[in-house]
Amino acid sequence: MGEAQAVAGLAVVADVSRTFSRFIMPEVIQTFDLKKTYPLEEPVHALRGVNLTIGTGEFVSIMGASGSGKSTFMNIIGCLDKPTDGTYQLDGVEVGELGRNKLAEIRNEKIGFVFQGFNLLSRTSALENVELPLVYQRNTSKVKPKQKAAECLERVGLTDRMNHYTQQLSGGQQQRVAVARALVNDPALILADEPTGNLDSRTSLDLMGLFQELNNQGITILLVTHEPDIAMFTKRCVEMRDGLIVRDTPIEKRSEAKKELEDFSGVIGL
Amino acid sequence: MKFFKLLAIAQSSLMKNRARSILTMLGIIIGVGAVIVMRAIGDGAQQDIEDRINSLGTNLLMISSSSNSLGGVRRGAGSARTLFIKDVDIIREQCSLVSAVSGVVGVNGQIIGGGTNWASQVRGVGPEFLVIQNWEIENGIMFTQRDMRARTKVAVLGASVVENMFSGANPIGQTIRIQQTPFKVIGVLEAKGQGSSGQDQDDIVLVPLTSAAYRLRGDSQYVNQIYASSTTVEVMDAAKEEITQTLRQAHKLNDGQDDDFSVRSQSELTEAFTSTVQTMTTFLTIVAAVSLLVGGVGIMNIMLVSVTERTREIGIRVAVGARSIDVLTQFLIEAVVLSVVGGAIGIALAYGVCNITEAKFGMTTIVKSWIIAVSLGVSALIGIVFGLYPAFMASRLDPIDALRHE
Repeated sequence: MGEAQAVAGLAVVADVSRTFSRFIMPEVIQTFDLKKTYPLEEPVHALRGVNLTIGTGEFVSIMGASGSGKSTFMNIIGCLDKPTDGTYQLDGVEVGELGRNKLAEIRNEKIGFVFQGFNLLSRTSALENVELPLVYQRNTSKVKPKQKAAECLERVGLTDRMNHYTQQLSGGQQQRVAVARALVNDPALILADEPTGNLDSRTSLDLMGLFQELNNQGITILLVTHEPDIAMFTKRCVEMRDGLIVRDTPIEKRSEAKKELEDFSGVIGL
Repeated sequence: MKFFKLLAIAQSSLMKNRARSILTMLGIIIGVGAVIVMRAIGDGAQQDIEDRINSLGTNLLMISSSSNSLGGVRRGAGSARTLFIKDVDIIREQCSLVSAVSGVVGVNGQIIGGGTNWASQVRGVGPEFLVIQNWEIENGIMFTQRDMRARTKVAVLGASVVENMFSGANPIGQTIRIQQTPFKVIGVLEAKGQGSSGQDQDDIVLVPLTSAAYRLRGDSQYVNQIYASSTTVEVMDAAKEEITQTLRQAHKLNDGQDDDFSVRSQSELTEAFTSTVQTMTTFLTIVAAVSLLVGGVGIMNIMLVSVTERTREIGIRVAVGARSIDVLTQFLIEAVVLSVVGGAIGIALAYGVCNITEAKFGMTTIVKSWIIAVSLGVSALIGIVFGLYPAFMASRLDPIDALRHE
């Protein structure tokens, strides 16, 4: 059997499995042989064939050193970038070939972003920040944007800070606003890119507690981090190196953020 | 994505940079303000001139006999004796578009009275002459149609004549002599000052047309000129045509023959004056428009800075689902809001400046409504034209780069 045939055969298998899997178990993310090459003078192969499937309700962390390709992978998963080769299905939609505006729509409907640098609009109230994705919604839903945004802020415990401006909030509070913003469009997936990178350890614990709580409510979360102890709060850890997935293991001894937070408070005598 | 949402976003981001927004608008404010003030002063000056010319006699039509030639020497307008007293009556009776008509007979001569003498213009006119010329009697009365029929020897004096012959004392009831014929003064005209070409309009003596023709000149049948008023300014041309046809018929002219008279209106005079003003107005408006253009470039400059400065904001918006067109529209609306609000403030400012100009310098200013409409339209257009490029740049930003931008 020639190499081409083998690849074609694999593709058929993948296709079949995809078709079936949709009936068996709804997958949120399914990538097959995802590649990304930057056409520089010396072409950079950032992703060299990544296969990853994430089901509904999972809490997955992606780890890897810088240059491992995890940022590129995140950008593609987040529909901010397009793969050069391979397929990517998000919530049953093939997004690999979609254009800029279609991708914007997908991001708007299916993905909630939480960034390292919070990325909130300055001089804008928490409520307005959370409302932002709804402003760009194509099919205006029945829900009132203000009301929906207020609900999401309540979920992250910031009801009393609703009308505060971004710069009047602490880092932890800002990140909670970002989480509320990620929740507001009822996304299929929350994509958190180093969300604890700018937070102290206590606030990080706090945020991970929030993520665990949301995950317990059934929300699928994909979290990129380079801190192993942060990954320990998730249910499954995927490790990348040189544009490939090198390890994909469930977390055996999962940390409970709530419990650790209590311990933490105990240690410093609060 | 609804337009009003975008408008709200534009408004809130402009409010966040209030000082800069106002400074950006300043270019448009000054530009629009300057254009409107220049137009207002120009249009006001034009109106002033029209008013002054109209005050010489509203709707005035002057009918003169045409020139004739004597032995190859062509004599000037009015030299032919083709207009007669009966023509005045014919026009009065037959021309429906003429509201007042008067023949004019000019007599020169030394006037003696009040213990002195004075050379003035003596005009034999009809009672309607005052209406036609828009003149008023200040003191006493004007002679009537009865005086015309009776050829009474009465006179109405201009203010300068009263000044020179009676030293300003009341001359009514006094007798003056024109060419040895005594005339009784029955009225004094209101002072009018200088005419459009600097002559003294008050140096005049009015007597009944018939008295002038029969008693002073002797040769009784013809008149030098006929003055007529059309019923309204709008029908001037129609009235002119009506008089021409009526007189051609009265003079029994065949189709091939030239008119033996000419009818002139004052619109020619008005046009000559106003075209000068219009040239000035146009020139100043263009200068002001250039400043408006500079204001537009200012908007483009600030919008470009704004796009660079707000790259991260654009990244966030795109990440959560803003499409290129949403970003483009947002920045375009910001530019248009800046320029239109600037234009509106400019208009308000222009009104203020116009009021001050009127109050302080006594200049007439007229702000025409179409100028306001055009100013607002041009402001919006400037916003679109100069906002398009920055907005396009914003809509083309790559979300990954934009999010990473510090």
